Amino acid sequence: MSSSQLIKKFDTDFTNEVIEYGSKFFEDVENVRSCIQCATCTGSCPSGRETAWRVRKLIRQVQLGLKNAAIKNDVIWDCTTCFSCQERCPRLIPVTDVVRTVRNIAVRNGIMLPRHVQVAGLLIKYGHAVPINDETKAVRKEIGLSELPPTVHSFPDALGEVKKLLDGTGFTKLIEEASKGVQK
Amino acid sequence: MSKYAYFLGCLTPNRYPGIEAATIDLLRMFDIELEYMKGTSCCPAPGVFGSFDLETWLTVAARNITIAEEMGRDITLTCNGCFATLQEADHILKHNRDLLKTINGHLSKIGREYKGTSSVVHVIEILYNDIGPERISDMVVQPLDGVKVACHYGCHFLKPSSVRQRGNPENPTILEELVEAVGATPVDYRDKGMCCGAGGGVRAGKIDVALEMTRKKIEAMNEAEADCVTTPCVFCQFQFDMGQTEINNKLGADKYHLPVVFITQLIGLALGLSPRRMGLHRHRIPVKPLLDKIFA
Ligand code: SF4
Ligand code: SF4
Repeated sequence: MSSSQLIKKFDTDFTNEVIEYGSKFFEDVENVRSCIQCATCTGSCPSGRETAWRVRKLIRQVQLGLKNAAIKNDVIWDCTTCFSCQERCPRLIPVTDVVRTVRNIAVRNGIMLPRHVQVAGLLIKYGHAVPINDETKAVRKEIGLSELPPTVHSFPDALGEVKKLLDGTGFTKLIEEASKGVQK
Repeated sequence: MSKYAYFLGCLTPNRYPGIEAATIDLLRMFDIELEYMKGTSCCPAPGVFGSFDLETWLTVAARNITIAEEMGRDITLTCNGCFATLQEADHILKHNRDLLKTINGHLSKIGREYKGTSSVVHVIEILYNDIGPERISDMVVQPLDGVKVACHYGCHFLKPSSVRQRGNPENPTILEELVEAVGATPVDYRDKGMCCGAGGGVRAGKIDVALEMTRKKIEAMNEAEADCVTTPCVFCQFQFDMGQTEINNKLGADKYHLPVVFITQLIGLALGLSPRRMGLHRHRIPVKPLLDKIFA
């Protein structure tokens, strides 16, 4: 295959999608175009030491428009968002922000890890990703704190506000849809 | 007396309430009062919810911030995850008018509005900037002489530096200075700046990957002969404390048992706070070997 044939396969839709979506929230996302594949990012990556996750490769996939390769490989969920790569990129690419953006796009395409669907469910139900349990209630009492903390756990109206927001932003629906994908 | 709005988050009140008690009691010794923010939710956790849907993440974060705005106070907290979320949300909403409009549109449905009047300050900044190592040193009643401490900052205290705007994240020293202020000795160890392994939804989504990172960090701290690890992040604390027991269970052996204490718990020990009130007896990995060394 000649290089001109390879270039024909570039699909800039995904590149543009990442830049457009990411730029709603973060600065300098368009710098993703200027990656020189130096691997400072992967060389700084604690997760890449343990797993097949190569963040440099994700940046290349974004440049080449390889959407399915990027969002359907669950190694994107190996990143701890430690920001070491983002701090050190010599091309000032907000690498971790690109990871967060690509993950958002994956979820919008119905791709999530089963355990993440569960955690999202906890937020929707309790307003806490880690709700209280009986063991901690007992510790709180024992050390002189209120049995329930003064969070949404103590204020049903406040929990109602959070639920209303999660409905309003479309989050509840988004997770419902993604959970169907997970079950498939 | 100065006052801060205390944002509890999830893990502090719901898993390590001793951190809540230690932090309130310790700051009170310096005439700083922490007032609870009533009705707050999950921050929401940056690694998971920021990865799922950034607009939702910002909206729920903004609601939490409005509670401090109503109190007329700046926010403090005991979790780098909460810090990452609330500080970055505040930063984004102060710099991005389009998003501010969108997010306030969501908040108007529950009668709230983000105004941007409360700053977000990490508790370690109160310890270091508002109080300072010297005043802490002056209050020591039980010096931690001879105690070797592995400091773990956690990723999100200083990174991303373009958002945090708190200086160079590569080689911070404020945790070490606080540890030295109470007579203990910070030790260098391999991969000190490395992540605990829990963030980004990795603990929730891929526990084995998270635990392998944790194991490597604990190994390095053990090689440096640390008596404990200290951190300003309850999520890192959870990962080291619960994580060691999970690793031990996987191995079927009691191999890892490095005590894990929050920075306010460690300073609290030197300033005479009760280990029991600080919940140290309820940590997964027994803190007793550390207490024995301190109170020998
Ligand atoms: S460090 Fe930056 S320029 Fe180098 S490979 Fe990674 S993203 Fe590309
Ligand atoms: S933020 Fe993610 S990709 Fe970047 S270095 Fe950390 S774990 Fe690796």
